[in-house]
Amino acid sequence: MHANALPPCHDETRAADGSLRPHWRALLASLAQASESQWREWQDSAQQRIRENGITYNVYADPKGADRPWPLDIVPLVLPADEWRGIAAAIGQRARLLDRVLADLYGPQELLADKAVPPALVYGHNGFLWPCRGIAPPGGRFLHLYAADIARGPDGRWWVLADRTQAPSGAGYALENRAIVSRLFADACRDLQVQQPGEWYRALQEVLAAHAPVDDGEMPFVVLLTPGPHNETYFEHVFLARHLGFVLAEGQDLTVRGDSVFLKTLGGLKRVHAILRRLDDDFCDPLDLRADSTLGVAGLVEVARAGRVLIANALGSGVLESPALTGFLPGLCERLLGEPLAMPSVAAWWCGEAAALEYVARNIDALVIKPAYPSQRMEPVFGNRLDATERAQWIERIRARPNAYVAQEIMQLSQAPVLVRDLATGDTSQLVSRAVGLRVYAVATADGRWQVLPGGLARVAGDTNHDILSMQRGGSSKDVWVLSDASSQPAVALPETIGLRDIVRAPVSLPSRAAENLFWLGRYLERAESHARLLRLALTRLVESDARESGAPVLALCVQAGLLPAHANAAARSDRGLPAAVFDGQWPGGLLDTVRRAGLAAGQVRERLSADHWQALEQLQDIARRAAAARTRPRLDAALALTDRVLSACARLTGHAMDDMVRDAGWRFMVSGRRIERLQCVSALVAGLLEQHADAPDAAVLLLGATDCVDTWRYRYPRPPELLPALDIVVFDEGNPRALMFQAGKLLGTLAKLRQQIDGVPDGGLASATEALQVGGLDAAFADPRAGLPLLARQLRQLWQATATLSNQLADRHFTHVADATSRSLAV
Amino acid sequence: MAATGYRVVHLTAYHYAAPVSLSHHVLHLLPRPCAWQQVKDARIEVDPPATRRIDREDVFGNPEVRLSFEAAHTELRVMSHLYLRVDERPWAARGDHGPPWDTVQAALRLEGDAPLEPRQFRFESPMVRVKHLLSGYAAPSFPPGRPLLAAVADLVSRIHADFSYDPAATQVGTSVLDVLAQRRGVCQDFAHLAIGCLRSLGLAARYVSGYLRTDPPAGQPRLVGADASHAWFAVWCPGHGWVEFDPTNDCEADQRHLLLAWGRDFGDVSPLRGVIQGSAGHSLSVQVTVTPDE
Repeated sequence: MHANALPPCHDETRAADGSLRPHWRALLASLAQASESQWREWQDSAQQRIRENGITYNVYADPKGADRPWPLDIVPLVLPADEWRGIAAAIGQRARLLDRVLADLYGPQELLADKAVPPALVYGHNGFLWPCRGIAPPGGRFLHLYAADIARGPDGRWWVLADRTQAPSGAGYALENRAIVSRLFADACRDLQVQQPGEWYRALQEVLAAHAPVDDGEMPFVVLLTPGPHNETYFEHVFLARHLGFVLAEGQDLTVRGDSVFLKTLGGLKRVHAILRRLDDDFCDPLDLRADSTLGVAGLVEVARAGRVLIANALGSGVLESPALTGFLPGLCERLLGEPLAMPSVAAWWCGEAAALEYVARNIDALVIKPAYPSQRMEPVFGNRLDATERAQWIERIRARPNAYVAQEIMQLSQAPVLVRDLATGDTSQLVSRAVGLRVYAVATADGRWQVLPGGLARVAGDTNHDILSMQRGGSSKDVWVLSDASSQPAVALPETIGLRDIVRAPVSLPSRAAENLFWLGRYLERAESHARLLRLALTRLVESDARESGAPVLALCVQAGLLPAHANAAARSDRGLPAAVFDGQWPGGLLDTVRRAGLAAGQVRERLSADHWQALEQLQDIARRAAAARTRPRLDAALALTDRVLSACARLTGHAMDDMVRDAGWRFMVSGRRIERLQCVSALVAGLLEQHADAPDAAVLLLGATDCVDTWRYRYPRPPELLPALDIVVFDEGNPRALMFQAGKLLGTLAKLRQQIDGVPDGGLASATEALQVGGLDAAFADPRAGLPLLARQLRQLWQATATLSNQLADRHFTHVADATSRSLAV
Repeated sequence: MAATGYRVVHLTAYHYAAPVSLSHHVLHLLPRPCAWQQVKDARIEVDPPATRRIDREDVFGNPEVRLSFEAAHTELRVMSHLYLRVDERPWAARGDHGPPWDTVQAALRLEGDAPLEPRQFRFESPMVRVKHLLSGYAAPSFPPGRPLLAAVADLVSRIHADFSYDPAATQVGTSVLDVLAQRRGVCQDFAHLAIGCLRSLGLAARYVSGYLRTDPPAGQPRLVGADASHAWFAVWCPGHGWVEFDPTNDCEADQRHLLLAWGRDFGDVSPLRGVIQGSAGHSLSVQVTVTPDE
């Protein structure tokens, strides 16, 4: 803890006299009534929701840390209605003020000429985007979204710690937190009339639509611009895009033509009217901003200058994210709004002012030193943790470049109850006090006001000794409950109803990149399934037999499918070699690798998959990750169990693909991927078998086993399998979904439907290869197996070739070509 | 001395290994008119023809041309034809070295009385960081009380003496600190270095892009395409305004210096920058011919 001289922290739950604050009574009472095991159940249930919904954030510093589960403490932070009204008004005022400040900095710069804002804090700030000066945003707003990090001091007042004007994150996590916590404490949430967040998200949709510069007769088309899956808060981008109904786009999905920006879709270029930006502004355009950015859209600044796209927040809004600016806000508020600033900022001294520099030099032990510009990479330095020499060094360093430093008061944050699990035992939970801060979100409304999200995202420190609130550093989050009172009943706005004219059945705004990833998701899932089946067959043979001989053909098929290295054939016959291959996560093209690739493709199109579908994918990924991480030497039974688990997860995914996906172009690409893959796997397998092992005694058994048609045989023929009728089931039977002819027919149908939606869908020679097979195949084989089977094998090879050609042609014509989509910056 | 007339022809040609389907370019190839520089003719020819061309002023007031090409192309040729008349710079005749540099430094502080315009060029910019190493290098030229322009002239002479001109040593993106460490570079590096030194001392300095008249050896003809783009810098000096120095040639800018544009650093005013869509390689050729009137 800090020195004893500091005043005691404010306790969120109890007044100074120890009495419970009234707005906490109901919640704490229901917590107190519950048993410790109930607490743990709640925690487990929240954890499970987080895992199942794939609520994650990425930790940059951690090499293994991609996709950490989102940390949530289940006890909400409770705030009374009247106190919240004050907070909301103050945050709305601040948003209004900062929007006006931006309008001046990117316009006349009178504030700089008068030094109401020190020129150093703008001209010296790498977030001031010079090429954006003079751009007037459509609708006149520079800020559409604003967030403030606020905290309560020992005196019980709220203070602003930091302003977020670039691309505020966390509002999506706040919504997920609410969904989880309100379910755990459903009764309390209802009884307390906790204010709901829905209106806020609607306001965001409305304001973007209202300010989007549409031409006559156009519907506003909004995309959410994301840096992509490696970003810290990618989960939230996906979540918000889906929740708000915006297309999730990366920079490479967009292109500038003429004076406008377009989304590259399967149906052609589609004009984008508004961009909700989660990509930092300096990365948004390699032509006019950072030339090294590969995440942006060349020419976007020029489109904004022409007033042809709304970008929220405006390019350049990050310039206000400096702790040095806060000290100037009271004066700016009086000057620009003619009213006092409602919520103070934590006291800050920008060393670029001579008097402030001297104050900091005298009082450094009571201050925390921060960089004035985000381009300086330094962690905050707490003066009270420096020894005399270090202090002197810091003062010298600050004097040498005073503009670059700001010192803030060290604030004692208020404390809120957190339910923690005893780390030693893992099974006792207790309520402890932790420092808490709050991120509050404001959105501009279409009628010119600011609306504040009731609640927001509370963050708690990772341990009792820390006042630093950061998800990146082991902190946690909380839901925030703002209670209702008589005057806070939300006005129920009647939403405009959707008329018949507005009915949307098939938005053809599918980005080409999404189509490509859906196609490959389909292919990899199908590949995982058929490979798992083949491996299971091979493993079963090892279990069942003494039969080294009878195992040989199936192992050869595994080698042919790329599941085993060719030279390892002999070793793989053993009951050690094959299981080891199954568990080998490093083997390119192996089962686990294929599952991983499916996960990568799915991660790119997450917003197009339902939550349940995504959960099923996560489950499959989890199976593969655990298997790849297994340390014990793989045994036969474990390998068999693994293939079983993969197969059942795949079956569940097939169900989702068929049952809960809309039949749009994206689905058709995914299903085409599946069918092409199945045709490839089965035609290669059958052809290989016919070419190499047609004489093997159990060729028919292998054929049926590897294609999952054993049961079909049993229903039809009450006798041991024979090759020719087995071929009928596996290749020709148009009523059997496992059969090649069935799959080829369905694929041709899907391609025909796609042709009705988009131009240039290829065929690859599939129709003629299918027909050749149909006409010749089975009769010739029955008539003369010796000549007919090799002919069939050749026809199957042709079918394989046709599907390979089809896949390449689809890629050439419809997908984002990575090579072409790469942009390069030139300068001479 | 009377104004000198110059014709400039500047050709930039890109050859791409594979067709480029879309490209956007920003050109700073048209000269900025100033008190001492009249622009009599300035034209840009482009092949293939651009899908779209916009002419306007950039944020620093320089003429800027923006070109987009939406049809596939494997070659891009941009040729500018200029005719300029360049007079003596106004400060050259005055012969005083300005106020002490430390009073200029004080005027540029928050509390100081310097106007807003020079403050734009007082802080670090993407290609010019503000560093102790740079103010340390500059320090011997800046004893307390020394007139600003004398101090800057001394810094320019030291850079000229300490650094060798070596086109192989650096690239467009080489940082000022690397240049300082290896003591080699080209005109752009020396301009950035001087600017970094001055800003690190709390002074205002900006980057100037243009051309330099060179004269062939006596008795030999002027070679077409033998010239090049050039870069130097200007320092803000109360009473004089912006005074230009050429560290590559250890001199103040004079009638041999033809000015195109100024900005915080090269990135603001690079003659031709662009983004092409496509991953193919490219080759580049640049030819500049500066011909003074006889």
